[in-house]
Amino acid sequence: MAEKEYAYYAGCSLEGTAVEYDMSMRQVFKVLGVNIREPDDWSCCGSTPAHTVDHVFAAALAARNLTIIEKMGADTVTVPCPSCLSAFKRAHLGMTADESFKNEVNELLDEPYTGGVVPKSTLQVMFEDVGLEAIASKVTHALPGLIVAPYYGCILTRPPEIAQFDDPENPISMDKILEAVGIKVADYAFKMECCGAAFGVPKKDMVNQLTYRVLSMALDAGANCIAVACPLCQQNLDLRQSQVNSTMGSSLTIPILYFSQLVGLTYGLSPKELGIDKLVVSADEIVRSRITLEELAQREAKVKAAEAEAKAAAKSKKVQVKEEDSKTEET
Amino acid sequence: MRVGVFICHCGSNIAGTVDVARAAAELRKVPGVAFATNYMYTCSEPGQEEIKQAIQREHLDRIVVAACSPRMHELTFRRTIEKAGLNRYFLEMANIREHISWVGLDKEANTKKAIEAIKMAVAKVMQNKPLYSSSFKVNKRVLVIGGGVAGMQAALDCGDGGLEVVLVEKSPSVGGMMARLDKTFPTIDCSICILGPKMVDVAQHDKIKLYAYSEIEDIKGYVGNYQVKIRRKATYVDWTKCTGCGLCMEKCPSKNSYDYFNFGVAPTRAINIPFPQAIPKKAKIDPNYCRQFTRGKCGVCAKICPTGAINYEMEDEIVTEDVGAIIVASGYGLIDMDKFPEYGGGRYPDVITGIQYERLLNASGPTEGHIVRPSDHTEPKTVVFVSCAGSRDKSLGIPYCSNFCCMYIAKQAILTKDHIPDSQSYVFYMDIRSPGKGYDEFTRRAQEDYGAKYIRGRVSRIYPKGKKLIVVGADTLLGTQVEIEADLVVLATAVTAAPGAAQLAEKLHISYDTFGFYVESHPKLRPVETNTSGVFLAGAAQGPKDIPASVGQGSAAASKVLALFSKDMLESDPAVAKVNENTCVGCLKCKLTCPFGAIQEKELRGGKVVASVIETVCAGCGVCTSTCPCGAIQLSHFTDNQLLAEVNAICQK
Repeated sequence: MAEKEYAYYAGCSLEGTAVEYDMSMRQVFKVLGVNIREPDDWSCCGSTPAHTVDHVFAAALAARNLTIIEKMGADTVTVPCPSCLSAFKRAHLGMTADESFKNEVNELLDEPYTGGVVPKSTLQVMFEDVGLEAIASKVTHALPGLIVAPYYGCILTRPPEIAQFDDPENPISMDKILEAVGIKVADYAFKMECCGAAFGVPKKDMVNQLTYRVLSMALDAGANCIAVACPLCQQNLDLRQSQVNSTMGSSLTIPILYFSQLVGLTYGLSPKELGIDKLVVSADEIVRSRITLEELAQREAKVKAAEAEAKAAAKSKKVQVKEEDSKTEET
Repeated sequence: MRVGVFICHCGSNIAGTVDVARAAAELRKVPGVAFATNYMYTCSEPGQEEIKQAIQREHLDRIVVAACSPRMHELTFRRTIEKAGLNRYFLEMANIREHISWVGLDKEANTKKAIEAIKMAVAKVMQNKPLYSSSFKVNKRVLVIGGGVAGMQAALDCGDGGLEVVLVEKSPSVGGMMARLDKTFPTIDCSICILGPKMVDVAQHDKIKLYAYSEIEDIKGYVGNYQVKIRRKATYVDWTKCTGCGLCMEKCPSKNSYDYFNFGVAPTRAINIPFPQAIPKKAKIDPNYCRQFTRGKCGVCAKICPTGAINYEMEDEIVTEDVGAIIVASGYGLIDMDKFPEYGGGRYPDVITGIQYERLLNASGPTEGHIVRPSDHTEPKTVVFVSCAGSRDKSLGIPYCSNFCCMYIAKQAILTKDHIPDSQSYVFYMDIRSPGKGYDEFTRRAQEDYGAKYIRGRVSRIYPKGKKLIVVGADTLLGTQVEIEADLVVLATAVTAAPGAAQLAEKLHISYDTFGFYVESHPKLRPVETNTSGVFLAGAAQGPKDIPASVGQGSAAASKVLALFSKDMLESDPAVAKVNENTCVGCLKCKLTCPFGAIQEKELRGGKVVASVIETVCAGCGVCTSTCPCGAIQLSHFTDNQLLAEVNAICQK
């Protein structure tokens, strides 16, 4: 892993509302020895506002960044935000598959993009390039009692011809990563359900309902925390949770953490470094529950010993009863 | 040489976009053409009469008919000129309908193209030689592939007609899909009760030889004389000794074998008789699960069998049967659940397929006819049916309708209410397709008398919530989303070609469509024939169809075979390859390339070795002619000279 260097495109959310995603992602990559370098002078990825109006323009916005990355000498850019990722993938795949589209886009650019950069989500880099074994090997801490519902959101693995990663309907990469660091994962049916996306502004009521479904399903699945990989999902589930509670009459307090924050916690990183304090619904309890692997081993040993004792006690009782029975028979 | 040219209008089919009068006038100028005319319907009786009279009147000795595809009417016109005293191979057809008038709207261009096409035919017909067919004996035995209801019907009809029948079934028992159904629509007849007697008839018929648990290994030959190699798969039970007592099945310790007959609704034993009415009622070991095979020790069945029928050393056996015709009734398959990740892709035990539900409903099924959820064996109160699970879905490569799902869903909804009176069924549908006799009334009954709620719309996803399944869909009539808390979901999974359909087609030299269904010779007029003479189709192998249609086709195919076998001798097609022994150098490359094995070595009196064509085996494909390095092997009626004459005709100027 050490030799390879990834370009790292954080995007606008990770400088603002999702700064904790950026902080934790960088920390986790550091522990795992993944070298990342941020391109200079990066600009808008061309997501929602641009691509709803003009595909060529949207691709040009994305491709401008890809050109910069290409010139950096990196062949892969890793992107935490699924919206940025989707914009990059659409531009990259569209321009490599269709010559005329490529020419149209390059017309708008100062320097042409020649198609030499593969965009990958940070989740994909962890799952496929780093690998579960390497991820598991850095674990120093445990989070007993935590059961996480992994929530992928709508576009991380869809549409399949663009995302080209994991299963479009039942993704498992985040599940596997969390399990690799020793976190219990709930069987969560709403992995891909809509969080309401950007409709939080124009259609607040609808988004509150959608968000409520996602949150309450996590509880139904037995989870007490949701892991996300998308700044917008995180915002809808975390920032709007009190709003959901007031409109839906619920009293949910489910911490919504980026998967990188959870992985970071098991690596013994400090809550401050991981930006845990930036969350709206407090995750302090999760932090407080954290113990080292040694403590966990001691705790498990204690439980086992207690169980064995109880078993032995029950057995001896049975034996006693039997002995008494046989005594009575003898007499 | 006096060539007569007859250009057909085909009503407005040709005349609409080709100036036929001008074409006839142009053709009159072609050297060798003694007569050219155009006629409204050349294939009609007066049209054929016109050809006959012109042959007499104008002393014509070669005929060109410019009309439709030769596949349509070549035989018609060959007979016509034969009646007028010409050799039937002095006819050429120019296809100016399918190739020209139907594909272009530009009348000027079409006319030009038609004139050229007819000129080609004239050039070819002038090179034609008289050919004569020889006759050969017919082996009046018939092979039926597939022992479902279509195949059994075909076998019984052929047998009753006095023919010897070889029936090959790949699973251990005949009966096919119909044997798995609980009741049949629209009469709610018990499926096995009406099929069982037919199965027994098949077993007891003195003309029918049944090979169960056997597959077609190889087919050689031609109409009237096929040699068929049949692989009798090892059952590890000597069926001559097995009495079907079932003791082995009771004692078998391997209780988690996949049950193919019940589509995995519940496990079965490694040694089993698939169902109580099985024909033949013999046991068979599944070596994937049998402990004797997986662990190398067990032998319980061998110990328990009262007749000593168990033989773990048994191997596949190849037998050869000679037949004169083949009926293919190899049935259909069903799309896998994993194609529907949005419905759980098989991860949710209580989302099952329609055929699995049939087994739950069936009294001889694994639950003895009690409808229970596979997950916890409780009785479902809310059952949701999803029609078109894969059917009419281009994204899955299945644009076609599966034909019978609408009907069996209505039946299953009715039966659900019968079994569980306080249950509620919901049916998501795209359209209700019920065009058969009594069919629409039946779907109405499901709704009106049995209270099944029909929702017009598709299901977007199914997810579990606690013990329930949430079915999310659209109601397009109300324009709203619906969510139903279901206990059990039944998917009407799309009908596909049977697994291995393409491979079987290759062995039979018959064509199949993009979906793997076998192609009939003509969609309207030759629905059970194939383009390979002597091979006939029946049942869902040709396309999804329900029981009455399959039975009808089984009988139709049988009648075709009986008609074929009404003659003792058949005429061979003389348009086959021929070797010029003077120029053949005996390299025998042709022998290597011939896909039909029609070429053999022959030693001439002087010791020279040459290739020799077995006329009756040659299919006239022409592969050998393009292989031959010295042009010694020529396909009669399609010789190099004849084809070059056609090329020269259009490459003038």
